[in-house]
Amino acid sequence: MSSETIQHRHLPDRLDKPLSAALRSWETLLAVVAVAIFIFNSFASPHFLNAWTLSDMTFNFTEKAIIALPMALLIIAGEIDLSVAAILALSSTLMGFAMQFGLGTPALVCVGIIVGLICGAFNGALVTGLGLPSIVVTIGTMSLFRGLAFIILGDQVYKNYPDGFEYFGQGYVAWVISFELVLFLAFAALFGFLLHFTTFGRRLYFIGRNPVSAQFSGVNVKRMKFILFCLTGVMSGVASVLLTSRLGSTRPSIAQGFELEAITMVVLGGVAITGGAGSILGVVLAALIMGLVTFGFGLLNVPGIVMSIFVGMLLIAVIALPILWKRFVWVLKK
Amino acid sequence: MLNTLLKSRESLLAAAIIVLIAAVATRFPGFAAPSSLAQAFNDTSILIILALAQMTVILTRSIDLSTASNLCFTGMAVAMLNKAHPELPIVVIIVVSLLWGLALGAFNGLMVWKVGIPPIVVTLGTLTIYRGLTFVLSGGAWVNADKMSPAFIEFQRQSLLGIPVLSWIALLVIAAFWLFLRNTKTGRDIYAVGVNPTAAVYTGIDVGRTKFIAFCISGLVSGLAGYLWISRYVIASVEVANGYELNVIAACVIGGISIAGGVGSVAGAMMGALFLGLIGLALPVINVSPFWQLAISGAAILVAIILNARGEKTKGRLILKRATAA
Repeated sequence: MSSETIQHRHLPDRLDKPLSAALRSWETLLAVVAVAIFIFNSFASPHFLNAWTLSDMTFNFTEKAIIALPMALLIIAGEIDLSVAAILALSSTLMGFAMQFGLGTPALVCVGIIVGLICGAFNGALVTGLGLPSIVVTIGTMSLFRGLAFIILGDQVYKNYPDGFEYFGQGYVAWVISFELVLFLAFAALFGFLLHFTTFGRRLYFIGRNPVSAQFSGVNVKRMKFILFCLTGVMSGVASVLLTSRLGSTRPSIAQGFELEAITMVVLGGVAITGGAGSILGVVLAALIMGLVTFGFGLLNVPGIVMSIFVGMLLIAVIALPILWKRFVWVLKK
Repeated sequence: MLNTLLKSRESLLAAAIIVLIAAVATRFPGFAAPSSLAQAFNDTSILIILALAQMTVILTRSIDLSTASNLCFTGMAVAMLNKAHPELPIVVIIVVSLLWGLALGAFNGLMVWKVGIPPIVVTLGTLTIYRGLTFVLSGGAWVNADKMSPAFIEFQRQSLLGIPVLSWIALLVIAAFWLFLRNTKTGRDIYAVGVNPTAAVYTGIDVGRTKFIAFCISGLVSGLAGYLWISRYVIASVEVANGYELNVIAACVIGGISIAGGVGSVAGAMMGALFLGLIGLALPVINVSPFWQLAISGAAILVAIILNARGEKTKGRLILKRATAA
């Protein structure tokens, strides 16, 4: 082979995926599961196929899914943030605290988001600046942030948020389309673009696969991870605005357990917990599935805790089944 | 060299505990009295044994997020058994709690060993599954103190040589873990798997099986802790120990157990748990609102990780120095 042919050979940026590969992808499986649950729900309850019912259904997952988006990026890059729910609680508490000084709605939103940013930057500084493992750092800050919320608020409650503040969690853009849903879809598109169509996104996979070689290839790994922690903090602040507005009150125990649900969405969405693989579409579908399951069981008067068994089994099954299937095919070929 | 460094990490923690006790004692001298300290140990017993079990799992580069749910499920199971058959001797209750916990731990271990799912995913799943099953088992009902037999409640409160049975159990578990991790082949395997899984494979250690054993131990101890918890707080409900798994991991982190596996000692885990427990007991004594407890333990975790990381960095530097000198 001459060197000329090599020069002229066309190297595509990414490999073309044949249709069969797309059909066998994780996202297709999730979509099928989502449709199946949707059909099951509409047979199980006569009240399910109603525009307002479906609109209510979306409130089950929007706030958690908004946190799951940056969490997916963080996990793809090989880190994790367990403190997101605690950031949400502290952010909500400080919004209530600021409200006492007569701040209006725009200022409160700023407070919520800035608190999230500061908390995220704190996590990021500890992880990247001091080189500590993110799982233990965020277990620590999880107690610290929620602990601060408890110190400020104790067993009290903040309510009576100013006029207009209730729109974020309770308002509708048009007909049954809620503001929360529109915001979530907009953020999903934004994060999808960031992860799949920018250099920043491509580098996240690189970092997740091999941080050392990414470093040696000129990727500023620490700075990118720091940005991701800040982003996760900001999005927790956004979720805090939405949840506080929807509930209309703040207690320090707000959003307890949200971090595990957000991580469940990410893992269910096909993001490798070890980093380096995953897509935003998968996370969005997983969020939809969890919302559908929660709401469908709710219509059938199944208690929330029984539903959590199903979500837990789903989480293990979606990871276990492909592995077992591969092994089964391998045995057959042999 | 390594040994002295490890020792210094634990002695640092011991010093922190002594300073904490001394600081509280200046405001309230009775806190440092032997009887008060024995009481504090008794109050922290359950956290100590759970931290030891969690440490065993963390040593193999895994994590068990399902301990508190296992505790809750097993506790409910033995409480209902006791309610239905109050005549059963306490030995039977303990054996059932051990086996029940073991079965739940073995499920985690099998998923990790035979299927190859990352431990954090498996136990995140079983965290919700086991607590959900508690609801299914109990139908959402509580088992109250008046439904439990006196023997069931009083067992851990009996005094043996002036020390409550609960403390004896904790001491026994500490001794068992110390001997197991130090003197048995499996115990040494657990460290080997955590330090370097690849090297462990070449040494002939079955990494998956060792992780499985660690999860079984974690389940066994969580089951026992289930009975102890229920008979201590005399109420069994779905909400028992909700979120407690993070306290247990926090105790391990404060105790200097590296989340990356392979590094940690029984003394460290025990003192990490004692430190967390003492903070909780000290706050009301010095008139600090209990609402401060969470933030203080969070700050303690962060300080502990930063200090431990510094210790590891010095260790690296020392090795380099010796290498260049040689």
